[in-house]
Amino acid sequence: MSLSKSLHLLGPRFGVLPLSHADAERRIDDPLRRAGLAALAAALVLLPFVANAYIVYMACLVAITVISVVGLNILTGYTGLLSIGHAAFNGVGAFACGVAATRWGFPFWLAIPFGGLVAAAAGILVGLPSLRIKGLYLAIATLAAQFIFLFVVQHWESVTGGDRGLQMPSPDLGFTRLDSDFKLYWLIVPVAVAMCFFASNLFRTRIGRAFVAVRERDYSAEVLGIDLLRTKLTSFALASFYAGIAGALMAYFFRVVNPEQYGFGASIFQLTAVIVGGLGSVLGSILGSLFMVAVPELLKEAVVFVAGADATKSAVFLASARELVFGVLIVGFLLLEPFGLAEVVRRVRARLAVWPFRS
Amino acid sequence: MNLFIEYSLVGLASGGMYALIALGFVLVFKATGVFNFAQGELMMVGAYVYLAVTQLLGAHWAFGLLATVVVGFALGALVERAVLRPLAGQPTLAIVMATVGLGLILKGTAGLIFGPDQRQLAELLPRKPVFLGDILIPGGVFWTFVVSVSIVSACLAYFRFTRGGVAMRAAASSQANAYAVGINVPMISAATWGLAASTGALAGVLLAALNSLTPHLGDLALAVLAVLIVGGLDSLAGVIVGGLVIGWLQAMTGAYLGGSWREVMPYIVVLLVLLVRPHGLFGRKEIERI
Repeated sequence: MSLSKSLHLLGPRFGVLPLSHADAERRIDDPLRRAGLAALAAALVLLPFVANAYIVYMACLVAITVISVVGLNILTGYTGLLSIGHAAFNGVGAFACGVAATRWGFPFWLAIPFGGLVAAAAGILVGLPSLRIKGLYLAIATLAAQFIFLFVVQHWESVTGGDRGLQMPSPDLGFTRLDSDFKLYWLIVPVAVAMCFFASNLFRTRIGRAFVAVRERDYSAEVLGIDLLRTKLTSFALASFYAGIAGALMAYFFRVVNPEQYGFGASIFQLTAVIVGGLGSVLGSILGSLFMVAVPELLKEAVVFVAGADATKSAVFLASARELVFGVLIVGFLLLEPFGLAEVVRRVRARLAVWPFRS
Repeated sequence: MNLFIEYSLVGLASGGMYALIALGFVLVFKATGVFNFAQGELMMVGAYVYLAVTQLLGAHWAFGLLATVVVGFALGALVERAVLRPLAGQPTLAIVMATVGLGLILKGTAGLIFGPDQRQLAELLPRKPVFLGDILIPGGVFWTFVVSVSIVSACLAYFRFTRGGVAMRAAASSQANAYAVGINVPMISAATWGLAASTGALAGVLLAALNSLTPHLGDLALAVLAVLIVGGLDSLAGVIVGGLVIGWLQAMTGAYLGGSWREVMPYIVVLLVLLVRPHGLFGRKEIERI
């Protein structure tokens, strides 16, 4: 194999020479990437058959987190609107889906999009102040919205069940019920994959580019003819739709919806995933979610190893250790690797593109 | 009517505490433009320092307070130097999240060292109820109000009348001009962080003495968001007015709508004020046309 050929194979996005318009327009423009994606798809299909129940459970959890974090990244990473209340939209989606499924008897394939749409409507409502206020003030407004959401679901007991929450039925396909993690995997993971593709394609369209323009300099964007309010609201709606879908899937996955799952801590968790993964990168959101779901699990192992099997003691210890580790991750990534894991991947790729030479 | 006056007075008195908590946020925001989400955790750390010095080492309470202030100042200055200064000029998101991360670090560390149990601080202020006419105010609340307002007023006086205070104001209003007249701006911002953290630490001790102390003490600080937004994020006088307004509103909602409304009322106020008058009552209006 000639050197140039191997460069082409090893160099995703580096040294790719488009020879025709069709080449230039290709979404996945190099063979290595295509091979990688094919391998990933195969792995995702095979995973539930080879892995144990715990891995399948974690895979579902990661997939749900990915959906929500990609949504937050659209809003915060791509459009530059900081939201500290993303988990509230998970909650809106989950409760809307739960109410639709338990009280109105919606089938799951209707209840999940319904959750997403209700969350999107809530997102537009919360996004309305974004024309007047931005940056820190907007962040504070979303934080306030988060607490108001919790108050509403805790006190609107006739609909949300208050602190007890709602019990969810298993999704019914007609010939079978999705009542195990193994079966739910086939619902959750395809949705996550589709939503990731949608998001990464979004930023090749006018709407997605408008988001980025608003992030970079809002008044320049307006001069370019971008309707700021509409763009910001679209971003809020999309991000909340993603959050709502994730929340609805969470409802079916955990079989219960209660307000505790959607508090301030969950919002911070998702922001951490965005930062660790990389702002303004779909790949980063995937890596960040994987990382953030994996860290507490590894930490659990470590704590059990250190503190012994004493369950109550290690649970107490774990809660604090988790906070400490999350804090260190946030500050560490911001100071040392502000573009997150996505940037690490990019650097490795750039290095590989010219391997064995130094870039 | 008497009941209304009593609730009002207790509410206003607890507003003093809010003002003191909010002071730390305002100092930092005014001087460096950073909204410090870790302020609550700095309070919590202060309270634990006081606990450790007075109960574990058995020292006199005055010594405990001194240690609290000194450790608070050092911690604040360290945080500024190690985390915020390298992030200067970064977007709001990075800075907000850095302070959130710092808060988590402090909370996690305190949890690991002291555990999640509730601790009780020794009585710091007289508990004997105070009578204004025939209206009774719990002693803890009254004296906390007095101490809080004194500390906030001392800060106001410091900013108005001393050389260091004027330098801080100069650095806050224009960094470039402050540099030009020979003010050591980086040192000023470290000192401001230190000052904010030590007032926060004192607030933490007062708050913990009123209730009890857990690593989650700092979560209470988020409730003063409303005070900050009403008063204006960069106004010291606004802190007092905002504190009194929110304290009174909380007492009223608590008395007439029930305890759960008390918790959520500040956030509703935040949203309303942000919609109508984002810079608050006394804050400097930033000119933003879009």
